[in-house]
Amino acid sequence: MVSTSSTGQKVTLAKGLNLGLRKAMEADDKVLLMGEDVGKLGGVFRITDGLQKDFGEDRVIDSPLAESGIVGTAVGMAMRGYRPVVEIQFDGFVYPAYDQIVCQVAKIHFRSKGRVKMPMVIRIPFGGGIGAVEHHSESPEAQFAHTPGLKVVACSNPVDGYWMIQQAIAHDDPVIFLEPKRQYHADKAELDETATPAPLFTSKVVRPGSDATLLAYGPTVKTCMKAAEAAAGEGRSLEVIDLRTLSPLDMGPVLDSVRRTGRAVVVHEAHVNLGMGAELASRITEECFYSLEAPVLRVGGFDTPYPASRIEEEWLPDLDRVLDAVDRSLEF
Amino acid sequence: MSDGAVQPEFGPDLAEVFGPAHADGGPELIQLLTPEGERVHHPEFDLDFSAEELQGLYRDMVLVRRLDVEATALQRHGELGIWAQLLGQEAAQIGAGRALRSQDFVFPTYREHGVAWCRGLDPLKLLGLFRGVDHGDWNPSDYNFNLYTIVIGAQTLHATGYAMGMQRDGVVGTGDPDRDAAVLAHFGDGASSQGDVNEAFIFAASYNAPVVFFCQNNQWAISEPIERQSRIPLYQRALGFGFPGLRVDGNDVLATYAVTRAALQRARDGQGPTFVEAYTYRMGAHTTTDDPTRYRLTADVEHWKLKDPIARLEVYLKRNGLGDDDFFADLTAEADELGHTLREGCKAMPDPEPLEIFDRVYAETPPELAAQRDGFADYLASFEGAH
Repeated sequence: MVSTSSTGQKVTLAKGLNLGLRKAMEADDKVLLMGEDVGKLGGVFRITDGLQKDFGEDRVIDSPLAESGIVGTAVGMAMRGYRPVVEIQFDGFVYPAYDQIVCQVAKIHFRSKGRVKMPMVIRIPFGGGIGAVEHHSESPEAQFAHTPGLKVVACSNPVDGYWMIQQAIAHDDPVIFLEPKRQYHADKAELDETATPAPLFTSKVVRPGSDATLLAYGPTVKTCMKAAEAAAGEGRSLEVIDLRTLSPLDMGPVLDSVRRTGRAVVVHEAHVNLGMGAELASRITEECFYSLEAPVLRVGGFDTPYPASRIEEEWLPDLDRVLDAVDRSLEF
Repeated sequence: MSDGAVQPEFGPDLAEVFGPAHADGGPELIQLLTPEGERVHHPEFDLDFSAEELQGLYRDMVLVRRLDVEATALQRHGELGIWAQLLGQEAAQIGAGRALRSQDFVFPTYREHGVAWCRGLDPLKLLGLFRGVDHGDWNPSDYNFNLYTIVIGAQTLHATGYAMGMQRDGVVGTGDPDRDAAVLAHFGDGASSQGDVNEAFIFAASYNAPVVFFCQNNQWAISEPIERQSRIPLYQRALGFGFPGLRVDGNDVLATYAVTRAALQRARDGQGPTFVEAYTYRMGAHTTTDDPTRYRLTADVEHWKLKDPIARLEVYLKRNGLGDDDFFADLTAEADELGHTLREGCKAMPDPEPLEIFDRVYAETPPELAAQRDGFADYLASFEGAH
């Protein structure tokens, strides 16, 4: 097996994840990949490209077309001592596996008083913007973050993709691993495989600022970075935090930031009603009420089903809607 | 459309293919001991049983029935919140349970008390879940017996995945009897309608996984009869998934043992899954909260009483001089002792500590959950000394 380890190469998110999966499989032969079309095809997004060729059909398993079956059998593999990494082909297709995820994966450690561990990673390409048909553009993170027993993370860039997937696989609790599919083959970033990554369940300030705080994860990190850049041109300094972890939340950097700026805007593609923004607004209010100059605002998908793709960009939060919310916060 | 139009053929008449429904299990029913206690022979699944083996199977069934009776009584006395009765299914469970080897792994439903008994689990451990003090307080790997799964059919997928793990561990089809292993997946007739069970069949068939799907068809899914779940005998479904299906008399411990043993060996040998339908009857209620008089006839229950799994083996033992008076008297005393142990043990089970729940959610407890626990601990402590 040829290790592709190198420093300084420019990679996409898809490549970063692919290299991360390869590293994890090299590091631990108990790591198995399973999902629909993950073998010869390399997955519909090519995230597992080449892995079956190098690790064999026993470790990179093309599954029958049944999501509950994928997650349910992965539970059994984990009980047998394996570390299954399953791919759900699209966000909207995770629901047939929802029962196995929330009733079994999430509860087995608790049910067994910690005697049975469930080190499983459930990879879900999420979010919109790819011009797809219905069920291919959704953001189901709140439903999993609401479930005790699961941990939920979202990567936003190639370097995080590379490290976070390895960290999630090495972690002993089940991790819902959200990948912004719109970013898979978009921007490249320089990957230094010799670097030391931040711990998995930590949030990061990705752009410092002083006038307001933008809280984002997955696909909206890029949106917020662009918004902050545009705002800078108008003399406004926006801090951007890539949350990275949704359950547990890492409130430390968030609260530090909001105490400095006094204003927070949460930006996600998911519907705002009972979404991550609601939880973040509540926690910020509880923890730094007296630092707030304005209510925490939320920018997200509207409380409708995901629209037909020709108008999806109207539905998705974009630079202008983020800046509109920033204006409202600053003018409050 | 004219009245004289020829009706198109949609394949053969299903009634001709499957035959009429048989209250006695039909002609395919594999049996070694009749309800009257007559030993009959089967061309494929016949086995010789020693006197000790027969006495052992009888003892198992008597004791798990006693466990069931005691637990039902404990529920009536308010010591258990609920109990899922196995009455009438002793032969199906003991036959399957005794066919296992130690290296095999079992995925039970919430009614497999007899299989748990065969795995050497302290029967008191089974009561915790029903008393409400835990969700199952044993380490599955200590007994190769998973915790009870309550979501109907979910465990059949876990069983299949576990069996796929065994394949990857190289413990299937090596020819070494101490190494080769298989999985026994339990479920019922109601579960056969679940998507997860059907997906488990597909995954197991696709990967040729070493798993025996052991369905206790006790004829009732709470109040719904088997006819609501299936229009064909359940075991015949297996063919559509690409592996063999067999119907065994689930009230015949000898036949259930023989068939399960063969199916497990087939799996251990690397020949893939088998569906075993143990044709039996739920003599009791679904659980202690159920009232079967609302939906089934007393006459049906009386009919099945004549097929009692314990009575038929008792007749066989006595008629063939395989158990003297001392054997039966000693067993009665042993059952009484078990009952006493269960009663006293159940009442002595402590309630769990409230703060323990926080530490069991994750392998690595997140700081925010730890903070929630600490807050609750402070809250509880604030009542100390209060009146």
